[in-house]
Amino acid sequence: MTPLFATVDPWILSFSLVTVIATIVMGFWSARKAKTASDFFVAGRSVSVGWNASAISGEYLSAASFMGIAGMVMSSGYDALWYPVCYACGYLFLLLFIAGPLRRFGAYTIPDFAEGRFDSPLFRKIAVIFVLFIGFFYTMPQMKGAGTTLAYIFQGLDFRGTFFEFLSPHDEKGALIGLNYSIGVIIVGAVITFNVALGGMKGITLVQAFQYWIKVFAISVPVFVLMSVYGHYGKQLALNIVPIGAPIPAVAKPAPTAADYKFVSVDATFAKTNYTLEELLKSSSDMKAGASSGNNVTANISSMPTVDFLKLYQQASGRFPFVLEGTPQRISTALRLQKVPPAEFVRTLESALGSNQIALITFNAATLVVPSSRSNEISAILHPAENASAVSTNVSSQIASGLRKPLPEKAPKDAAWVSPFGPLTTKAAKAAKLSPEESKPLSLLYTYSLIIALVCGTAGLPHILVRFYTNPDGVAAKRTTMWVMILIGVFYVFPPVLGVIGRNFMPELYTGTGAKGTDKIVLELPRMLNERVPLLGSILSGIACAGAFAAFMSTFSGLLVSMTGAMAHDVYGRMLRPNSTPQQRMKAFKIAAFGIGAVSVLLGMQVEQLQINFMVGQAFAIAAASYFPLLFMAIWWRGLTMIGAATGMLTGGLMALLGISLTSFSDLASAPNATKFFTHFAGLNPFWATHPLLRILCEQPAIWAVPLAIILMIIVSKLTKQRIPADIRMKMLVLHAPEKLGLKQEYIQEHQSMH
Amino acid sequence: MSMSLLNDFAMHSQTDKFDIHSESFLHTLMRRQLKLSIACAAMFVIALFGLPLANYYYPEVMATRVFGFTLTWFILGVAFFPYVWIISAVFIKRSMALEEAEVQEVQLAAKSKPASE
Repeated sequence: MTPLFATVDPWILSFSLVTVIATIVMGFWSARKAKTASDFFVAGRSVSVGWNASAISGEYLSAASFMGIAGMVMSSGYDALWYPVCYACGYLFLLLFIAGPLRRFGAYTIPDFAEGRFDSPLFRKIAVIFVLFIGFFYTMPQMKGAGTTLAYIFQGLDFRGTFFEFLSPHDEKGALIGLNYSIGVIIVGAVITFNVALGGMKGITLVQAFQYWIKVFAISVPVFVLMSVYGHYGKQLALNIVPIGAPIPAVAKPAPTAADYKFVSVDATFAKTNYTLEELLKSSSDMKAGASSGNNVTANISSMPTVDFLKLYQQASGRFPFVLEGTPQRISTALRLQKVPPAEFVRTLESALGSNQIALITFNAATLVVPSSRSNEISAILHPAENASAVSTNVSSQIASGLRKPLPEKAPKDAAWVSPFGPLTTKAAKAAKLSPEESKPLSLLYTYSLIIALVCGTAGLPHILVRFYTNPDGVAAKRTTMWVMILIGVFYVFPPVLGVIGRNFMPELYTGTGAKGTDKIVLELPRMLNERVPLLGSILSGIACAGAFAAFMSTFSGLLVSMTGAMAHDVYGRMLRPNSTPQQRMKAFKIAAFGIGAVSVLLGMQVEQLQINFMVGQAFAIAAASYFPLLFMAIWWRGLTMIGAATGMLTGGLMALLGISLTSFSDLASAPNATKFFTHFAGLNPFWATHPLLRILCEQPAIWAVPLAIILMIIVSKLTKQRIPADIRMKMLVLHAPEKLGLKQEYIQEHQSMH
Repeated sequence: MSMSLLNDFAMHSQTDKFDIHSESFLHTLMRRQLKLSIACAAMFVIALFGLPLANYYYPEVMATRVFGFTLTWFILGVAFFPYVWIISAVFIKRSMALEEAEVQEVQLAAKSKPASE
């Protein structure tokens, strides 16, 4: 290799290359087998349960699942756990209400269903446009994953002085190191587009299945190795848990005034005895406790056990006894200052308390702020029965003993991070400077809206629905679905673990933005193992990169197939050239694949500053407000008319899109080097700050957009009753009656005789 | 062929319930399926919507320590997935049994019909 590649980790590069090459080879290999149009669209409906379950899972686990969840758990904590859970539940929801009937109806795609259910070619056109639309929304986060991964792999690349200089990003100092995010997007987009154009769906069923297993391997192996070296999931999380009854605000009191220093009167006693605080806190049995009488504390506190001293202090001062705090340097400064006048000593302690490097111990109603070096000992005295884990929140001792690294200013604090209603759901309320009590209901609202969007939105993913048709029969479809639930459920336990360990060991990512932010934690984290075992970290990081490639390649392929299918099958094959030959359609498929691939790449280049998982959530919200009401109502309510369905779907989807666009654009406007288009929306930010409720409803629109779409469908359908298809009973029968009764064939015969 | 057979059956059937082209058959069919789906959905909707409420009203309880996790983290991050598996296994088993029963009912009705005439 040339010196150009000197700083690129060979392991990471080679694992990634192997994944990409294997994908391409498999694509080409199966392209030779995919001959007929049916092969291209639904793989001839002849895929076995095991293959199909792996393939569906492979397609389902996108860059959002592989990289985004870990990144979001790291940046937002508990609230981000809703994503993996709701992705899994969304699939279940699909199974319960939509998958079976849609399969029995035997439509290839949502547009097929839309036309068949309402006998309306017009509605097919509307549905096609929406497939493309939601598809593009969902490709953006995949592209962000691609750009982030390539930027990570080639971060050491030095193009300076070479022909390729234009490929590097400029940082603040004008240095040109590493690969531009956009170049990564272009490379990956081009590779996948070629693959899809040549292989079609048959090709990717095999590739998808293979990629599921790569993903599970690539996420679980680094997790197991990291846990065995640094401590298991629960232990890693426990480092961030502040014990109950130890409220942080008790520490962050306003600056003390002279009147607060009641400590001095107590202090006068022991200052005379000239003991250091260290000695004072020691429980020394050889000294005797003095007597205290009335208001005047005369105890010989130098001889007291710690617990008695703390009690006495609280009694005399009327304040919670806070003793000592600070970063390690500050502790030593404070200890040296014990010889100085008491007021100054206390002031030093108070200023040290401003930091979050403290140990908190609850004792009766009091919150003790204790020296980190002694927290174990003091806690053992105060709570003899409790185990030592209560003290493990001692952040500075955790840092000192290498259990975790100090968090930067930008990182959320432990208590907010580990608890529900944290940074993700309180962002809008925080911007409005609401109190915690005022913001909590808003957080609850945000959480519910997010859940609705994710659970209902799964139904609208075009590339997932089409997969239900690749099973030979309904029983196989159901067995497949069970396996899919298990395969994706197993996977989803792992990414949050990496987010938690990442918080403890790579907090520096909190300060990065775009491709250098927390979204790359899955890739970067395993590399720290190099400190313990040379090479191991690089190999595991290489495996993680391979998994990331598998993630965005498989999902993007699936999306590309369904979007291209909509273009070739619907727009070209049915709308533009209904009489085209199969050869012409195959050609249209390939041209459409290149066109859609190019648009996806262009869109992907715009979204470097948005979090992967956040973007997927938005795509789900739009699908939840449009496709979900359409499918759910069309399957379970025979009164739905075409006009009612179209009105509800379009209004719900477009309103959700409007809300989401406004919030995303105004967020992008405040990102560094925002493009001119987005800066027009900067003016919205002050408005959001004064209207947190509106901001939440726009950012997470599902809670109002889904009911809105359903209500509109009902009202408009009631008004257009005469438009209910004449053979609606037969349609409903085909949707619901067991396939063994053979109603499908009958339906097709009837339809053919009608035309 | 199946079409003529079924139509034949539809015309001569006296017990509407198993006549697959009758209103009551479709009604029963959809109601049974929807009932099963809603029952299963309720199981996870209760958990999914109840957890935020529990977090909201009982933060101390949900912060109890379980294997190093807080209770609420353990539920959401680990325990939820097996729970979803159970629901989907139950649903798949029941819905397959339901389909089987429907097919048998229709076939039985179709068989017994000519015999009684």
